[in-house]
Amino acid sequence: MSVVNPVPAGNPAHAPSLAAAPGAPHEAHVEHGLPHAQQVRANRLGLWLFCFSELFLFGALFTSRFVLWGNTRPELSQVIGLIATAVLLLSSYFMYRAEMGAAHGDRKTFLRGALLAAALGTLFFIMVVVLEWNVFGLEANLFGIEIFGHLSTADGVYGGVFYAMTGMHALHVLSGVVFILIIWWNGRRGRFTPEDHWGVEATAIYWHFVDVVWVFFYPALYLMGTVAG
Amino acid sequence: MFKTLRIILTSALVRGILGQLIGTALGYGFIAGLRALRGAETPWIYEPALAFGAIIGVIGFLIASGVLTDWLKWIVGRRTPLRHGAPEGKPEWSRYFNVDYNHKVIGIQYGVSSLLILLIGGIFAIIFRIELAQTGMQWLNNNQFNTLFSAHGIIMIAAILGGVGAMINYLAPLMIGASDMAFPRLNAFSFWVSVPAALLILSGLAVGGWDTGWVGYATLSLRAPVGMVLFLLGFWVVGFSSIAGSANLLVTVATMRAKGMSLFRMPIFVWAAVATSIIQLTATQTVGVALTMSVAERVMGLNFFDPSGGGNPILYQHLFWFYSHPVVYVFVLPGLGVISELLPVFARKPLFGYRWVALSSLGIALVGFLVWAHHMFTSGMADALRVPFMFSTMLVAVPTGVKFFSWIATIWEGKLPKNPPTPLLFVLGAISVFLIGGVTGPILGTIPTDLHLHDSYWVVGHFHATMFGGFIFPFFGALYYWYPKMTGRMYNERLGKLHFWLMLPAFWVMSIGQMSVGLLGMRRRIADYDPALGIEGTQVLITLAALVIGWSVLIMLYNLVFSQRRQPVADPNPWRSRGPEWQIISPPPEFNYNVPFEVVGDPYEYGLADTTYIRDVARASVPSGD
Repeated sequence: MSVVNPVPAGNPAHAPSLAAAPGAPHEAHVEHGLPHAQQVRANRLGLWLFCFSELFLFGALFTSRFVLWGNTRPELSQVIGLIATAVLLLSSYFMYRAEMGAAHGDRKTFLRGALLAAALGTLFFIMVVVLEWNVFGLEANLFGIEIFGHLSTADGVYGGVFYAMTGMHALHVLSGVVFILIIWWNGRRGRFTPEDHWGVEATAIYWHFVDVVWVFFYPALYLMGTVAG
Repeated sequence: MFKTLRIILTSALVRGILGQLIGTALGYGFIAGLRALRGAETPWIYEPALAFGAIIGVIGFLIASGVLTDWLKWIVGRRTPLRHGAPEGKPEWSRYFNVDYNHKVIGIQYGVSSLLILLIGGIFAIIFRIELAQTGMQWLNNNQFNTLFSAHGIIMIAAILGGVGAMINYLAPLMIGASDMAFPRLNAFSFWVSVPAALLILSGLAVGGWDTGWVGYATLSLRAPVGMVLFLLGFWVVGFSSIAGSANLLVTVATMRAKGMSLFRMPIFVWAAVATSIIQLTATQTVGVALTMSVAERVMGLNFFDPSGGGNPILYQHLFWFYSHPVVYVFVLPGLGVISELLPVFARKPLFGYRWVALSSLGIALVGFLVWAHHMFTSGMADALRVPFMFSTMLVAVPTGVKFFSWIATIWEGKLPKNPPTPLLFVLGAISVFLIGGVTGPILGTIPTDLHLHDSYWVVGHFHATMFGGFIFPFFGALYYWYPKMTGRMYNERLGKLHFWLMLPAFWVMSIGQMSVGLLGMRRRIADYDPALGIEGTQVLITLAALVIGWSVLIMLYNLVFSQRRQPVADPNPWRSRGPEWQIISPPPEFNYNVPFEVVGDPYEYGLADTTYIRDVARASVPSGD
């Protein structure tokens, strides 16, 4: 963009930029968006600030667990917790593959990784909502292991904290899955290039962040303290 | 006339409100309908349905107003250019009723809505102040009184957050030489999401109010009337506005400063905006958790706070104050930044200790995170927490003191005008009022005295002085000071001075009156008091002072509205400021600086020979011929 100063040199720093009247129609060719590289830098910083902000959300829930449960925890199915955690961590690996694929223009790796990450994320979500929360009130045994949880929302602070922590996290997992499906669908139509794949990068950062939160939530919910009552 | 009506009726505001109504009805109908299908008794009166409807209503507002449209298009892979200027075939003023991405338009949207809800909150205050002028109950019942003071609190906080948003949005990009915020769409979202939130809180009054005060302490909040749910959700939705807006500002300041503007060459107001945004970005999340838990406990039967299920009501207070104490610095830091910004301009002297003042804003923000439990000395929290929080509270005085000494040293031997213009009057008034707010604080931060003064009117006097000194006075000063920048016209100086000379003495009477009745035994948040206390005379004075403040604000609104037409066109730089925003025409062009500037000196070197703050980049790049 070429800007020629209409004010003759020698004028003090005052009143240089009087060229356009307020509200005057702007010349169409003057692009006022940020340059792409600068915009991506801004986006990246913005996303990390968002993650930093979310840290306080999950941190407050995490702290509430210790205030309300102290050194105890409810009885939960260790098998479901372990498998769900493994599933979520594995999904982060495929998300990483997807991002690398997009960064190197390898669309096949990208699409496959994204789809697998979304599938594993959905599996995690189902394990929390259907198996652990047991919203449908089911009962079943598999190889002698009870696969449906029996902690209800009415079970005092144990129910409260468990549902709040898993619920808030599951909400983030669900939105992450939606984001992954969006980039997968757009990727299939060739929207991302190695130079311009901010959408993929952002989704990957978000997904890893949600994953790391669970790394702290899982021991706080399933492992720490002694089983109460 | 007909066209005007059509433009207003098809604006984003009206569409959004309709969307919110429809969304609320759909959400409510869905849950209540399910209940009716299951054959429950009185299925249509059901609190969870109201909560769900409120959330769907907010989403309905956002979709119908069109603030999400660009993002929804991105999802299906379409790229949307940033829309600039008024919508086609519509006048310039219609931008303010529609989703607009220009930071100056959004700043004014924030400002106008802030003044509107300030007015509503003020009317509530005057209504219950009149009730308190005499002992006995005159024209309110207990529930109305409780609802009014609760609503006064939260509405004033919403107004202050709006005013902070107005100042930061309008000024920060101008001051750092940016063409707009880093994320203009997110900026528009931040403003528009606060509109349905305000509507939620106001509609809480219509469905029976609530009686917990603005703090919404559990377990009272679990038993409060049904308006409580709307209050909690409205408060919760405002959080989105805070978080998105603050992230936006931080990124803007980090990445879009003009050439040569190092951190210590930024205008001091920008430092205050950064400190404010750090608080809003992080602390807001914890009150979000507290509010989510309260709604979940009320609506879904989860247990967190009710001791009968093993919950802990103190937890709510910790989570709440971890946000709500730092947030008072959100309210005052931009105001203190305005004071530091304006004083050097009028004193024609450099700002004393620029670096210290800049860092003191960050210092206040960081220390502010360590003091929250001083609101809870009488709550029954762990005794071991008391003394550390008393000391950290006292620590706040250190960075605040840095600011005060800087102001005094800036005024010292400065050339303040003999006949001070309105903005300067408000700045000086703000210093005097914030001083009294400040010195009455340590008495509350010290445990032994707080045990006696907790929940008394002394507290009311203290925080009204800090809010007026830290926000209201500087905000009004900023409105007058930047009014010629925003509109291109000068405000009416005589009305401005009348406003000030009515408001300052009235405020002093009100605040000192509140503190004195507090010492004499008046409790806060009660509708009636014992005539034997002998404080009726002072109560009448407080009420009269509140009325005078109300009238003076009306004078300001009249001044701001009618000066746009009747007053002469203002000089481009009426205050002889060095700030970059004053070196361009008023109001600024769509993209602020048609010729980018570069910073070549320190910002506040008023009165020093051969100093320049900014110069034109293009001028420097003109070929010199050698």
